[in-house]
Amino acid sequence: MTATEETAAESAPEKPLDWLGQSIKRKEDDRFLAGRGNYIEDIDLPNMLHMAILRSPYAHATINSIDTTEAAALPGVVAVVTGELLAQHNLAWMPTLSGDTQAVLATDKVRMQGQEVACVIAEDRYVAHDALELIDVDYEPLPAVVNPFAALEEGAPLIRDDKEGQTDNRVYHWEAGDAAATEEAFLEAHKIVAVDTHYPRSHPSPLECCGCVADLNPASHRATIYMTSQAPHAIRTVFALVTGLPEQNIQIISPDIGGGFGNKVPVYPGYVVATAASLLLGRPVKWIEDRTGNLISTGFARDFHMKGELAVARDGTMLGVRVKMLSDQGYAYADAQPSKLKAGLFHIVTGSYDLPAAHVVCDGAYTNKAPGGVAYRCSFRVTEASFLIERLVQSAAVELGMDPAELRRRNFIQPEQFPYTSATGFVYDSGDYETAMDMALDKAGYGELRAEQERRRAEGGKLLGIGIATMTEALGAGPSRDYDILGIKMFDSAELRVHPTGKAILKLGVRHQGQGHETTFAQIVAHELGIPPEDILVHEGDTDNTPYGLGTYASRSTPVAGAAAAMVSRTLREKAKKIAAHLLEVSEDDLEWEHDHFSVKGAPSQTKTIQEIAFAAYTNHPMGMEAGLEGVHYYDPPNLTFPFATYVVVVEVDPETGEWKPIHVVAIDDCGVRINPMIVEGQIMGGLTEGFAMAAMQEISFDDDGNCIGSNFMDYLIPTAWETPHYDLGETVTPSPHHPLGCKGVGESATVGSPAAFVNAVVDAVSHLGVTDIDMPVTSAKVWEAIQGAGAHA
Amino acid sequence: MKQSITVTVNGQPRGAEVEPRMLLVHLLRDVFGLTGAHVGCDTTSCGVCTVLVDGTPVKSCTMFGVQVDGRSVTTVEGLAANGAMHPIQEAFKEEHGLQCGFCTPAMMLVATALLEENPDPTEDDIRWAISGNLCRCTGYQNIVKSVQYCAEQMRQASAGAPS
Repeated sequence: MTATEETAAESAPEKPLDWLGQSIKRKEDDRFLAGRGNYIEDIDLPNMLHMAILRSPYAHATINSIDTTEAAALPGVVAVVTGELLAQHNLAWMPTLSGDTQAVLATDKVRMQGQEVACVIAEDRYVAHDALELIDVDYEPLPAVVNPFAALEEGAPLIRDDKEGQTDNRVYHWEAGDAAATEEAFLEAHKIVAVDTHYPRSHPSPLECCGCVADLNPASHRATIYMTSQAPHAIRTVFALVTGLPEQNIQIISPDIGGGFGNKVPVYPGYVVATAASLLLGRPVKWIEDRTGNLISTGFARDFHMKGELAVARDGTMLGVRVKMLSDQGYAYADAQPSKLKAGLFHIVTGSYDLPAAHVVCDGAYTNKAPGGVAYRCSFRVTEASFLIERLVQSAAVELGMDPAELRRRNFIQPEQFPYTSATGFVYDSGDYETAMDMALDKAGYGELRAEQERRRAEGGKLLGIGIATMTEALGAGPSRDYDILGIKMFDSAELRVHPTGKAILKLGVRHQGQGHETTFAQIVAHELGIPPEDILVHEGDTDNTPYGLGTYASRSTPVAGAAAAMVSRTLREKAKKIAAHLLEVSEDDLEWEHDHFSVKGAPSQTKTIQEIAFAAYTNHPMGMEAGLEGVHYYDPPNLTFPFATYVVVVEVDPETGEWKPIHVVAIDDCGVRINPMIVEGQIMGGLTEGFAMAAMQEISFDDDGNCIGSNFMDYLIPTAWETPHYDLGETVTPSPHHPLGCKGVGESATVGSPAAFVNAVVDAVSHLGVTDIDMPVTSAKVWEAIQGAGAHA
Repeated sequence: MKQSITVTVNGQPRGAEVEPRMLLVHLLRDVFGLTGAHVGCDTTSCGVCTVLVDGTPVKSCTMFGVQVDGRSVTTVEGLAANGAMHPIQEAFKEEHGLQCGFCTPAMMLVATALLEENPDPTEDDIRWAISGNLCRCTGYQNIVKSVQYCAEQMRQASAGAPS
């Protein structure tokens, strides 16, 4: 008997904990709390240079010349890179995530304010910025196109004259659903309600901006690129294809990331220039973006002009929905989304309702603005779709004189209808919408609130508004048959190695940015294999040392990589069973698994713990079996997961000033089985805050010349602790039938669903005055104007 | 034209030769190697660069290094003592007051300054105190709870301490 066996035999037969569903404290916290997180700006390599970017002050202009003589002569400057230099290496343009092209450094023209024009590489960051001032660019301004409707008009200035065959500013035309069936449904309608709204251009603006340290070592021929990337593996492949460098010599390392929210999925020009500069100079080059650069040039989100119509019967039954949209793409089509779906997953616009007919038409237009269309806490445009249907339902309730909760109840997809195929072809996996809504209404005290609302309307003073949004969305891209990014199919992976002492390392193709993977994924392995989470190191964000994966965004990590972690654990448990049978000298069929050990059926004292088995895997494995206890699993989900929620927001509105504030926010989320409820609730509260932010304040806008309004945190407002409401959370649990643990995605749910609840609440507060709609962001000024406008028409 | 400065950083005297234009955050990060203070916006808006200068929260992206000559600076690296976490660090872990961790050092420093002045803050007191510090991940609710938890722990500790 070995020492390990003695210890195990002597230890009390205490029933091990099942780690699934436990709110254990986060394993990753200690380094952040100590100020020892390792973010991109903390990466410091010997002999490293610093890069700064010169950006265009114009939204649209011809570049006559760029004079870099003076800048290059400044002591400490090592190089000044322009588009002309990059063009010599065929790197002046790069592909976007949607297969369009975007300039790395401008050669012929600038097509947005803030476009990258030249880069200085210097010994010191201050010197690099000094030198930017010495670059002389001769621009000839051109008329800027800032309105996407105007962009599509005859005679509009052509923005992408660099593209062969591009004769206008149209990016695409796309349709989903059944036009004829929808037309027919509308003919049957008692009422057709319409909402015409703009989901404003927003920006994820994580507190850490983008950046990289590119280290192309001429001696080893290796390109090691530290970068703020949510998807390092996909980036490696794209880098290999764009630069021609052999993929085995490219290592992408995503160190700790100070928030991503979709902003850190694309490749930006700064990464490419720093890499090219390191290649040319043979020294590491560091680029750290400033906030203005981040807001003005990197992936924006939303910016959909949407006209939605909902056909309803006299009794409130929803018959069909049709939507016409125009997407303002900026000067390049750079949406982060699967290639088959031009407007992303917008066709989930039927929401939580049994809507038999739907038709969606979307056009995309080039404008003189930054490219992007990133999935900001969003799965490829579900946010816009969710907002539109929930605003339509609110308007329908008003038009029909029905309670908005009752209208929803009447039209929900019922639990027995799952799996439910929507009019646009999604197969919803599971749901119980009414239970979640009832819980939310109950928590909010809905009945009394309506009475209080009436009382206040009668008595004067501050008005009360109640907004409801019931949300379901499609998370976890994806089944690889339908989902890809630039042709790379969307699956994810997990590699698990159990060391001889029973400790383990789990390596994943995703990359967290605060979501708690180091804890949650350790809990998955702990649940499946019984190795405690503290004994499991979770490793992500290093392409040399993790299996291939598509990254962390669109709430896909737990649905896809989490499933992979469960599946690889199960594979290892199968092997562990063979080893246990060998050690206990019984047949595998005589063994049963409980939490962290196999025991012999009918002889429960004869056991082998996973730790004992792991040791034997390297020291005493059966003849003919490969040594070791490790494996890798690539998980291709059979379907997306469909979490759902009801958000109820109660607001007070001052009709004299238009000021409003949420006084009660209830969120009932159902994301299936929760692995770590504390972390899930943290995600929901963060998501709610970004939903509130978009409803109340966040907007990137432009003046007629294409000047960006919202290029710093004084113009682009994000909520502080002071105006952010308190949240009242609850849950229901409807497991996903196809995920190995019953989990669904959650990180983005509240951002997707809650904006409509906030807007519905404000509109509800003033609906008796005749107000039917207020565009986001719902500022006090807009509320006041809406009240005045409605009064004028009354 | 560098200037010579002496500053007490986390209780230790440090000297440096710095350009007058060097920002305090770069003095701390690049010269002293204390990378817990981050840079998020360059315009004094986000607060992730906050450190304590003579006990008062200061946004170190908007102060020059030479301005702390002869003064005392506390950074997140100065919170833990004798290998043990400061109660505010324990509290943030306990109440899940952080996600990506980028705003966390600054949030904790502001919280310690608040609790120094006001050991029993209300939720509004806390929300007002941290309103110069943005967080994109948490929605602030668990940060508020962390500060409340810390206040409670510190009050209990001082009630139990011999007078």
